[in-house]
Order: sequence, then structure tokens, then C-alpha cells
Amino acid sequence: MAVRIIRQFATTKQNARHYSSQIRKCTIIPGDGIGPEISTAVQKIFAVAKVPIEWESVDVTPVRGPDGKFGIPQEAIDSVNRNKIGLKGPLMTPVGKGHRSLNLALRKEFSLYANVRPCRSLEGYKTLYDNVDVVTIRENTEGEYSGIEHEIVDGVVQSIKLITEDASRRVAEFAFKYTKENKRRKLTAVHKANIMRMSDGLFLRCCRDTAEKFPDVKFEEKYLDTVCLNMVQDPSQYDVLVMPNLYGDILSDMCAGLVGGLGLTPSGNIGINGALFESVHGTAPDIAGKDLANPTALLLSAVMMLKYMGLNEQADRIQLACFNTIKEAKYLTGDLGGKSKCSEFTNEICNKL
Amino acid sequence: MSLIRINPLRILNQVPTAIFTRNIHVTPAAATLTPRQENRVRCTLIPGDGVGPELVYAVQEVFKAAAVPVDFESFFFSEVNPTLSAPIDQVANSISKNKVCLKGILATPDYSRTGELQTLNMKLRNELDLYANVVHVKSLPGVRSRHTGVDCIVIREQTEGEYSALEHESVKGVVECLKIVTATKSERIAKFAFDYATKNKRKKVTAVHKANIMKLGDGLFLKCCEQTSKLYPKIEFEKLIVDNCTMQMVSRPQQFDVMVTPNLYGNIIDNLGAGLVGGAGVVAGASYSADCVVFEPGARHTFAEGVGKNIANPTAMILCAANLLNHVNLGSYGEMIKNAVSKVLHDGKVRTKDIGGQSNTQEFTYAIIYNLKPVST
Repeated sequence: MAVRIIRQFATTKQNARHYSSQIRKCTIIPGDGIGPEISTAVQKIFAVAKVPIEWESVDVTPVRGPDGKFGIPQEAIDSVNRNKIGLKGPLMTPVGKGHRSLNLALRKEFSLYANVRPCRSLEGYKTLYDNVDVVTIRENTEGEYSGIEHEIVDGVVQSIKLITEDASRRVAEFAFKYTKENKRRKLTAVHKANIMRMSDGLFLRCCRDTAEKFPDVKFEEKYLDTVCLNMVQDPSQYDVLVMPNLYGDILSDMCAGLVGGLGLTPSGNIGINGALFESVHGTAPDIAGKDLANPTALLLSAVMMLKYMGLNEQADRIQLACFNTIKEAKYLTGDLGGKSKCSEFTNEICNKL
Repeated sequence: MSLIRINPLRILNQVPTAIFTRNIHVTPAAATLTPRQENRVRCTLIPGDGVGPELVYAVQEVFKAAAVPVDFESFFFSEVNPTLSAPIDQVANSISKNKVCLKGILATPDYSRTGELQTLNMKLRNELDLYANVVHVKSLPGVRSRHTGVDCIVIREQTEGEYSALEHESVKGVVECLKIVTATKSERIAKFAFDYATKNKRKKVTAVHKANIMKLGDGLFLKCCEQTSKLYPKIEFEKLIVDNCTMQMVSRPQQFDVMVTPNLYGNIIDNLGAGLVGGAGVVAGASYSADCVVFEPGARHTFAEGVGKNIANPTAMILCAANLLNHVNLGSYGEMIKNAVSKVLHDGKVRTKDIGGQSNTQEFTYAIIYNLKPVST
């Protein structure tokens, strides 16, 4: 298993290098609400930066499949499978409408096993915390979100948290590799093995085993509660964090809170057959179509995508232009306390390129 | 008739004792407050691991100086040192007899020598049915932190949920961990939370959950909270998903009042809250069962790296002890100690390292003792 994963990583890397020299196709899912506006903004910036990418836009509005259930249209699945890489805007999940969350469906469809979220304080947007630079890596396929639950007798519910060696090892390998490739200081495994001795214990053991294969990456283990306590006091003591599903969900949102909310944090989902990068904020139907949305999260997600593809030069240029625009604070959107429109913000980034 | 005859006699009997007491005690503070011998309260004491014994010593010093009429029944109780630890029955019996306990933090190792999945903490909680953990997260005067004006209460169910210690390896490399949620216990904690809010004149109760993912488990908890909220029309009720809750906590913690949570989320929010107002050394908590209370620090960290260095912050433990005094109807002592702690923190001259000072545990304790001023009731 481990060998297979390593081989797989090796091939992805070669591919990435290979792709950087030619025009690559990428699937883009604009999404709902403000999704189309911010997707257009990103595409515009990419065009100005002359990124060698051709976009293939697909719609994922659920359609009734042959089995009578609503699901993602086949052409969208084919597109991502063909291109192996995608960018996704926010999707609306109707509550209790009989079909499962599209995000979940996409995650399942492409076996996106690791969710990566870098959270970084942005200069020019002041929050109570100004030294945040952490990356959370979350196991995305099992754990508390296994969805196995039942009511044993009336009023007694049993939910199963599932931890497997394969999935834990897979995410641990990815985390170590990420830490090393991005030249980060250290990797922290976040767990609660003092309470869940077998399940979190297994996860922890997989991280420890993997640590031996990466002797040059500094590795430490911390309890979830300790990380929560320390993170809000001094976020600079953490760098890259790897953890099971639920803890990752909670910590990644908390870290986003430290730097100013989900509108500024990018997110990437790494899978076996490809990767999907997305903005994790909502669809904001109240400002949709008014040219008021902030495209930063999706743009930074796209930058992550470029780095994943090995297009580091363009990625750095776009990221710098975006950070500088926010730092100068002349063209900020409403959510950052400015008065500019989405298009003005986008134009300013284009000018800076 | 006989009653009338006895009463004047009793009063006559008491007068000489009162005068006598005044004569021995020189300090006016002690004189006015010294109760009679038979009113002394017995309390179980578990110093715990890490810096626990040092913190408990600080509490005992303060109690001695304030002449608090409390006798401690001390037990060495520890999971990391099982050979020296007192048996759990003995400790549990003592607590159920005394009804109150002051407890440090017990270290919970990642493994157990006997392969047991339950930690000692869980065993004690289950034994005594300490179902509700209450942590008051409040910004303290003079403790510098990023957020100000935080004042929320986290109520955590702590006998089921993820902490059920039911785990097994189905096949090699596949582990199942059961999270148990029951209607009985969820209703019980919801009722506790609303009663607590009513009694303490709070306005709002927030239920923290993840029912969008764990539809049955957390769904049941949420349903119980919703049903209970209907019985308390004067208290506002809201629901919040746990990840959003942590995000709100770090950006605008002032919006929260009383929070009610299942086990694991409570653990997360307690610690997060403690981080917001100055760390594990300053937040007090308590665990309640139907008939006894265990007072223990709100964020559970043993601070093992600080053992023997005289650097730990005893604020949380001393505040726990003050809450204990209020609970056993020795409110004047409790308030006196609380006021002294506030005064020391507010003056800011003597502070431990964790809150930006240079003083050690002992100096901080002495500063509190120096500031003990009787409260007029």
C-alpha cells in the first residue's frame, strides 16, 4: 500500500513538471450565488498573468440519474476525471431536499482524501491576530464523518467513528511530503489518543511510522485541547497540522477565524485521481450579481492549484499582486471594510501583474 | 412550654463562648468570622498530577491565613502512578460522603498498562455520575489578552459521547470508535443548562452541535435541547454548528452567554475559551452530579513541564476553592478570597509568568494573602 502511494506521488510530481511546459486544461465549476462573479474575476487575472491554462467550465446542478436519484451530471465528472484538476466556487446545499450535499458527492467521486487549508494573516486587513501562518491538513474520507449511525433502541444513538490504517497513513504521507516540499518548519499531529486510545491511537501510530521515513521534517504530537488553547494565545508556535476529519474541520475554521474569516482562506482537496481547489465560504445570495463579492479566497485557491501543478512562477506573481492590493487598501471590497467593487479589486490586481 | 424554657438557656450558654473567641484572636478579621467548631466543613482533596500539588498547597496557605473552617481529606489519586494511587472506591466514597471535592488535574496517558480504554477521570465521573461540567470563561481584570469583555459559561455533558471508551479493531488496521448519545442524558444536560441560565439570570443558551454530519447522534442531542428550550420561554435559544462556533469564538466571543455542548465539543470550547482570557492557569470550573460537586480548573492541563519550578499560576485553583466556599455556604470567605485575587491581578504588580509577570507561585500566593480583607455581609 505504502509503496503504491509513494509511486503515485512520484508520478504526480513528474506529471506536474511535464505540464508546466504546455497548455493545460482545467475544469472550473463556477458555483452558485456569487460564484460566477468571482470565477470570472479569477479567469481574468489568470489571462492577464498569461497562465498556460485553458478553462473548461462545467455546471454541476444536480440532474436525475438513471437510478432516479439526483446527482452530479456525468459530463462534469468526466471533465474532472479527464483534466485531473479543478477549481470550484461555492455551491449551495439545499437543506433536507433529498439529495446529499454536492460537496460531499464531489469528495466521494474523486476520492479527495486530504483537505489542505493554509491560513495566513494578510497585511492590510487587521485582526486581533497578526502572526498567523498555519496550514491545516485534514483527513477527509472517514473518522467521525463516516456516516455510520443507528438508533439501537429508542433514545440511544450510536455513531461510529471509523479510523483505518490505510487512510491514516495516506494522509500522514501527504502531510510529511507537503511539509518538506513547501519548506515548512515542522509538522504537528493533532489527536486525542488519551481519550480515544485505539482509534486516535492508530492515527497517531501511522504518523509516527511515517515520521521515520522523513527524518528531516520536524515532527511533534499535541492533544487537540492543547492546540486549541495555544492557538488562540500564540498561533506562531504552530506550522503544519495534520489530523483526523472532525478535528480538522473544527481547527481549520478556527484558524480561518483568526485571520478574518472564510472569505480570505483558500482550500485544496487532494485526491487519488486529481485535485479540486475551492473557496470554502458560502454563496452569499444577498450580494450575488451586485459586483460586491470578494474573490480573494477563490483566487488564492487558484494560486494553490498553480503551485500544485508546478507553475510556481505565475503562482507567486499572482499571489504577490493580490497581497499588495490588499496591503495598499485602496481597492478593498465591503467585507474588508472598503467600498470598491469586485471588478475594481480585480482590475487593480491585473494592473499590478 | 418546654421550648421557651430551653431557648433562653441556649442563648446564655453561647454568650461566654462568643466573648472567649474574641479574646484569643487578635486580628479583627478572624475574630468576626470565626465560627464555632461544629460548623467545620469536610472536603475531599485530590491534588492531581503535574503542578497540582503545588497549586493545592497555595490554596491551603490561603485557607490557613483566612482561617477558613474547612478540613481537607486528601487522597493521592493518579493514573500515571498507579501503584501509589488510592483505590477509586475510597476516593468516590469520600466524595459522596463529603459532597464536595477540590481536584487538580489528572494526567491521562495515551496507553494503559492493563490495556483499559477508560481513563481514571472517566471512571471517577461515571462512578459519581458527574454529568455536568461548568466552566465560566470570563475576562479577568488586569490579565492582558486579545479579547476583552468575554463572559460566557460552557456547560458540557461529560459522561457519554466520544468519551464512552467503546472501541474495537474489527479487522487489522480498521478501528471503530463508538460515540453514544442518549435522550435521557441529553435531556438532563439541557435541563441543567436552562436551569443554570435561569438561576444565574442569563439571557441566552446556545446549543453547539454537528448535526449536519452526525444527523442521528448530534441530531438527538439537538432535539432534546430544542424541546427543553420550549419549557423556558424567557431564555433565548440558538443553535450553532461547532466549527462555526469556534470561528465565532475567536473573532467575537462577546456574543456568547451560556453554551451547552456534548462531551468532545465541550472540551474544545472550554480550552478555546480559556485561551481567550489568559490560559489554563486562570479559568475555574466545576463538575456536578445530582448530589455532589467536584471543583477543578476549567482547562485540564497538568503543566507537567512546570513541576517543582514554582512558576505555575494558582489563580484557577484558588478561584475553584473560593467557588467551593460559596457552595458550602461560607460565602463571606469565598468573596474575601475572590476579592483578594481580583485586587492582586488588577494591581498587576505581582503576576506569574504565564500572564506576563515575573513572580513565582509563592510570591503570588503571599500577595493574595496580604490582600485578604473581610467582606461585610
